[in-house]
Amino acid sequence: MLNKKHLVLLASAGVITVAGVATAHASTLDDTRSRGAVQCGVSDGLPGFSAPDDSGEWQGLDVDVCRAVAAAVLGDADAVNYISLNAVERFTALQSGEVDILSRNTTWTTTRDTTLGLNFTGVNFYDGQGFMVSTDLGISSASELDGAAICIQSGTTTELNLADYFRANGMEFDPIVFDTSEQTVGGFQAGRCDVLTSDTSQLAALRIQLDDPSAAMILPDVISKEPLGPVVRQGDDQWFNIVKWSLFAMLNGEEYGVTSENAEEMRDSDNPDVARLLGQDGNYGEGMGLEADWAYNILSQVGNYGESFERNVGMDSPLEIERGVNALWNQGGFQYAPPIR
Amino acid sequence: MIHNQTIIEQRPAPSSSVGPVAWLRGNLFNGPINTIFTLIGLYILYLLVVPTVQWAFINANWVGTTRDDCSREGACWVFVNARFTQFIYGLYPRTEIWRANIVFAGFFTLIAWLAIPRLPFKRWVAVFALVGFPVVAYVLLHGGYFDLPRVPTHRWGGLMLTLLLATVGMVGALPIGIVLALGRRSNMPIVKSFCVVFIEFWRGVPLITVLFMASVMLPLFLPSGISVDRLVRALIGLTLFQSAYMAEVIRGGLQAIPKGQEEAAAALGMTYWKRMGLIVLPQALKMMIPGIVNTFISLFKDTTLVMIIGLFDLLGIVQAALSDSRWLGFSLEGYVFAAFMFWIFCFSMSRYSQYLERKLHTGHKR
Repeated sequence: MLNKKHLVLLASAGVITVAGVATAHASTLDDTRSRGAVQCGVSDGLPGFSAPDDSGEWQGLDVDVCRAVAAAVLGDADAVNYISLNAVERFTALQSGEVDILSRNTTWTTTRDTTLGLNFTGVNFYDGQGFMVSTDLGISSASELDGAAICIQSGTTTELNLADYFRANGMEFDPIVFDTSEQTVGGFQAGRCDVLTSDTSQLAALRIQLDDPSAAMILPDVISKEPLGPVVRQGDDQWFNIVKWSLFAMLNGEEYGVTSENAEEMRDSDNPDVARLLGQDGNYGEGMGLEADWAYNILSQVGNYGESFERNVGMDSPLEIERGVNALWNQGGFQYAPPIR
Repeated sequence: MIHNQTIIEQRPAPSSSVGPVAWLRGNLFNGPINTIFTLIGLYILYLLVVPTVQWAFINANWVGTTRDDCSREGACWVFVNARFTQFIYGLYPRTEIWRANIVFAGFFTLIAWLAIPRLPFKRWVAVFALVGFPVVAYVLLHGGYFDLPRVPTHRWGGLMLTLLLATVGMVGALPIGIVLALGRRSNMPIVKSFCVVFIEFWRGVPLITVLFMASVMLPLFLPSGISVDRLVRALIGLTLFQSAYMAEVIRGGLQAIPKGQEEAAAALGMTYWKRMGLIVLPQALKMMIPGIVNTFISLFKDTTLVMIIGLFDLLGIVQAALSDSRWLGFSLEGYVFAAFMFWIFCFSMSRYSQYLERKLHTGHKR
């Protein structure tokens, strides 16, 4: 006889099967074309990654991924419906088809990639846990932090990573735990700790909130791996390819020096790589069901990866995050895109 | 005989027993202990008020467009100023805001018309407010008809969304609540048990759970291609949740009406609906005004919970604005603004309910 537990299990299995079957058939590309807009899931506000600006338009590094896909698929980077999602509902929204791309600073992990029926298409930001110290301390590396009082936000993996790092390096630290990021900044500001730790992308945003941002600096050390990237549903390889190559096109654009300003002139370039990228030599969009000028649309409307980075989180933005590991592979970073040919 | 006595002119009471000085002496400086407490109280008030006024007004920045216009010595209302349109309309397209303005104007006109006793045609205005206006508002806000461009609901937000959620919640919850309350007191076992189960279920789960179920679980149950709009899901969840609370408030009012009232009405040969509609409910609802308004105010504030399902209500849009990297670090200004807006609406509701109580007061007050 079935007991209650079994019934619940059966019911949830049924729900998951229905969800799985339901999301498998229709082509996301066709749906997007007939809708005339890309359904894109973004965060409900994360500095530099996705937030509405003064005029109510979404801006950010994650937002630019959505815009790139819209430019590639529909030829118009503005043809995006942004759905703001919180951390809990983001995967459900993607699974249920409410959004077609999840571009919401989501860390690529085995569990998420293999058990949720989702696929990570790449990495648009290599994040990791870092440290912010006040410049008075005269510290230049995390290895000098032995015995430091460290401000952390409670209940995050940050706390765990920190303990692991200090144990592995045989150092001591004095944790000072706060509930919210605002309190954490407050604690750092009031001098209750020498060091504040969080993901490097967040540290920059926290630093701006100090009364005197120049009195604090972010150490170059990164103690955890947090590769953030866009996610799509499993089972639609065409769409997976489109999102994956939209990001690659932005990276290749930077590598070959194609920017939103010079994309038009670069179409006449003699460089065969540039000609292939911008659709002047062969049609590399065909395999994805796109026009030959798909990458040209991305680069002319959204810009290359470097432009997007500097505009949203880099030196042209208030966050002033260094390129660091997010620089191109030939400039000392990890960002590497397969060639378009 | 008193004819030789002149009548003393009526004179005002001495200044030691009336007027501000006497009031101060009687209430604040009445003996040494009270004097000390008064002085301590005044000092604490001074410590609180002076920095607040300095922060909010004297050292505050009012004009400008970017964070560079903020001196950081006091509040920087430049932030609220730059984001004001967004706080009111959310991410509604700027070129279409006139449509939202018409709805706002209609909304407040109808409310004022219904609230001010002098104005005529109350019944027709009420019918229009409940039947016609929602359709007009929907057509205007959502568009897609009469060449109006479509504005999907995920672009709605700010105060507009807060008012929408609260109004639909209130207007929907009251009738459902009345029906449920009557059903729970019914003698018919099926109706009664349905109402009991419904009320106890919705009262037994937190609103956050309801909203999460509506936004996270519901889409998984529905077949693909059928997606119910996020806002509609939140509205249904909110209305059902509030109607359960409303039902219990109204049931409390029904129970306060002496049984004789209903029996007398029955003896006159009135049907059930006449007894309820003409005798019991009018008395019960009148007594329940504080309770009903209490539920409304709490609903109005509960609407901020839709933030967790990614809808930008007034508080949600303030938080989203705070995460713009160009405006980091102005959370105090943002939250003070949101609190002020909420206070205006809640306080008005509270005052109106007090006025209504006085107006309908016909001898039940104890």
